[in-house]
Amino acid sequence: MTSRPVWQSYSVNGHDEGVMRLGIGHARQILIVPPLFDEANRTRRMLVQTMRFLDQACVGSLLIDLPGCNESRQGLQQQSLDNWRHAVRECAGQCAATHIVSLRGGSLVDDGEADLPHWRLAPAKGASLLKTMIRTRIAGDKEAGKATTEAELLEAAKASPIELAGNLLAPDMVAQLAAAEARELPVLTVRALGQGIIGSPLWLRAEPQDDPAMSAAIATDFAAWSASCGG
Amino acid sequence: MPFVADPTETAIRELLVDVLGVAPATVAAMTDDTPLFGALPELDSMAVAGLLTEMEDRLDIMIDDDDVDGDLFESFGSLVAFAKAKVAG
Repeated sequence: MTSRPVWQSYSVNGHDEGVMRLGIGHARQILIVPPLFDEANRTRRMLVQTMRFLDQACVGSLLIDLPGCNESRQGLQQQSLDNWRHAVRECAGQCAATHIVSLRGGSLVDDGEADLPHWRLAPAKGASLLKTMIRTRIAGDKEAGKATTEAELLEAAKASPIELAGNLLAPDMVAQLAAAEARELPVLTVRALGQGIIGSPLWLRAEPQDDPAMSAAIATDFAAWSASCGG
Repeated sequence: MPFVADPTETAIRELLVDVLGVAPATVAAMTDDTPLFGALPELDSMAVAGLLTEMEDRLDIMIDDDDVDGDLFESFGSLVAFAKAKVAG
């Protein structure tokens, strides 16, 4: 029997942002920081299925909406990785999260509440995420008959927000992405795909897809891991 | 002498499955002459962006986008040859 999902909000910098919760009554409450940008859309269905499996294993979970994403009233162009790290910390505190897990780019902003146990799947470098968005922008411009270079885009991004692959990114966001790597934390488990988690890297695909077997594998790993490190 | 798959070629096959979602059996059957761009519906110019970045990460290489032209994705063989040249430095 699966609980009904509950949509709540957390407050960050005077704004309300959304968080979807499943299994609110369970002792363990795992905060999930999804991949960033397009990769979040491609993995959301798989992550929510993971939350259902966790609930069945009597583990609660929360899927954070970062400011500027999904139904947020904030603009993406007002965000930076620092903002998002602050949002994750606020959400973890206000929703009494006991553990934090992150995927891909989510691992770049999951470290605001460093004392909680962390689990990461396939953490991505900010520079790789940025490079893919820049390549997508250049390819789109090329199809429209316009020649754009990476150097031109990065120069323009120093002064004002630039549009990359449908994302309007502020100078701070571009600069922070270019340098960001997931930080070391006191209690940290890192998994690569194939290491206990069998599935497809859905975050790389062009279209959102599903992988129930992968959701089940992740949920099983979360449940065992979170039981082994407190909460 | 037993057949040993080249690690770079294996990485490229995995890349096509992982990034493009092409069926593993389809990728396993590819030879040097198998056409890619224009023949593989999953491979469009937007997919190329993700493919190049993932190729850099997995093979630990840097790809200068000026090196990338239509010929690179013409066939499976051309893509593997490009990757091998980059890995060799």
